[in-house]
Amino acid sequence: MAITYTSGEQVEVYRFSIPATILIPLAAVFLQAWLPRHFPFFTIFDLPLLVTIGFATARRSPLAGLFTGGLIGIVQDALTQQPIGLFGIAKTVVGFGASSLGIKIDVENAGARFLLTILFYVVHEIVYFFIARVLVSLQMAWSWPHEIFSGVANAVLGIVIYALLDRVKQRT
Amino acid sequence: MFGRYRNLIVLVGVLFAQILGLAVQVKRTRNSEPTRLIRIWTVGTVSPLEKGLSWIQNSTGNIWSNYIYLRGVRAENRELKRQIEQMRLEQARMTQDADQAHRLQALLGFKEQFISRTVAAQVIGGSGSDLSRVIYIDKGYSDGIKPDMAVLTKDGIVGKVLRVDHRHVAQVLLIDDQTSGVGAILEKSRLQGILRGTSSGGVVLEKVMSDESVPIGERVLTSGGDGIFPKGLSVGTVTKVTSGSDLFLNVRVHPDADLSRIEEVLVVTQVDEKQVEADQMTPIRAVDILAQRLPTVPPKPEPTAPGQTPTGTKPASQNNPPNAVAPNSVTSAKIPVAAPPAAANTTNAAVTPNLKPTTPEHSGTAQPGSNTATTGIQRSGVAPSATSTSQGTVAKPKPNMPAASGSTTPGAPATGQSAAKPSSAGTTTNSGAAKNSAPKPTNVKSSSKPPSQDAPH
Repeated sequence: MAITYTSGEQVEVYRFSIPATILIPLAAVFLQAWLPRHFPFFTIFDLPLLVTIGFATARRSPLAGLFTGGLIGIVQDALTQQPIGLFGIAKTVVGFGASSLGIKIDVENAGARFLLTILFYVVHEIVYFFIARVLVSLQMAWSWPHEIFSGVANAVLGIVIYALLDRVKQRT
Repeated sequence: MFGRYRNLIVLVGVLFAQILGLAVQVKRTRNSEPTRLIRIWTVGTVSPLEKGLSWIQNSTGNIWSNYIYLRGVRAENRELKRQIEQMRLEQARMTQDADQAHRLQALLGFKEQFISRTVAAQVIGGSGSDLSRVIYIDKGYSDGIKPDMAVLTKDGIVGKVLRVDHRHVAQVLLIDDQTSGVGAILEKSRLQGILRGTSSGGVVLEKVMSDESVPIGERVLTSGGDGIFPKGLSVGTVTKVTSGSDLFLNVRVHPDADLSRIEEVLVVTQVDEKQVEADQMTPIRAVDILAQRLPTVPPKPEPTAPGQTPTGTKPASQNNPPNAVAPNSVTSAKIPVAAPPAAANTTNAAVTPNLKPTTPEHSGTAQPGSNTATTGIQRSGVAPSATSTSQGTVAKPKPNMPAASGSTTPGAPATGQSAAKPSSAGTTTNSGAAKNSAPKPTNVKSSSKPPSQDAPH
């Protein structure tokens, strides 16, 4: 029997309808490309990452999480000029980690989601930084204050996004 | 075994596949890189949404700003008119310098580049990532856009076209992306370097030796050495100079174009190169030079017609170029704006003869007396041809003159002011515009470029 930090009642597995599964990540990628053109500060947010975490924690399936994250990341990569796979790999790891953690702990309350988002934002940035530096030889600077600040900002936005996702998820 | 570690095995497999794909992409050179289907699908899916939202946003904004919110427009109009008058004076002075440079180029047999065709495009989206500074424009290969074309705004260069995978969408790499590189030169010290973006979104000029002196505030222009950007386009201003590594300076540059808020751009689809021809020059006679250097009596102001700006009263030495009274110069005295009949036979000789037209629109919309601000003094002995020039004859755009209203003159690179806010209408062809809109003066060569088929300026 797997040891979890939550009761059996709290470990709910949800699913999303097919339109929601397709349109929500697509909308997140679109808004991520659209909004920073008009609101430059929006670049600190990563909507596709928040959607990845939201889907992964709701489904609680590592396989679904890693595939969802990978696909969202690849689509996000396609809009950049960089090799496809940078965001893909980072979001694959995040999708897998978030869904695996979602099995273990209660991720239904806002506090847990807040911390989870900060954690996975930093993980995402570390993976991305590592791949970009080591595999693609991009010149990148790492700044802990910036990453923490961005993580907190994403976590705040994430609470809103997860609440919206809660409205469309369906109990299995 | 597999069942227990299934998730981990799948994770490793997926990661391995992506890393393998990444390695393959990195190993390939850009020239051999095929267009990835995933990019086409993604851009094809996202760009229509972006275009739609851009259209809605622009329409709403236009209705608001053009029909509803007109506060301060009159004051702004007055201020702009005042600026135009000042700029005309400045233009007259700069024309003399440009003419001199032109003559020297001809003497030395230089070839000069000039932008002969541009396509206006709207920015419809970006990558959404700080680490990938690209934008998407609403023009693609069906509009003649190709990779490695220069992209600029009226303020300065923006970047280059990176990918054109769609009929009406192209990806533009901004100059502040760390993978971009632009050949640049400092305007006064003529030091050359490579302009690169940084990971933080800044722009630095590299490869400037540390024993050189680079003053803060010096302007940076394109050097033309990269084969993408024509020489002389405005890039930015030096804001900070520190000692870098490997005996090179770290010169921080603030781009003239606001790269984070670009809405419209011009894509340079055609750059022509031609020999500077001697017969484009206006011959200078010794007597003309002498006449210019001799002290002159300031002339009386021209009696002004109603609504006409009083004629300038600056000394002849300031406003009249050496060739102002030369017969040839009179016939080539092309004025960028149409003069009123009243002023036609009086002021043109005093106008800098080689004032080149900015845009044909100017000649068509000029108000009576509008060119008198550029005139220094009334000169006698003006040849009859001066009258004809004052009646709206528009000369061929000269390479060194900036253009207005979205057109790019051949000399746009020299000033970086060539690209006024473009409409999304499409192509601008300057030489063709000049050719179509005005009678061809006898002593001015017609452009070798055909007129634009889209929207000549």
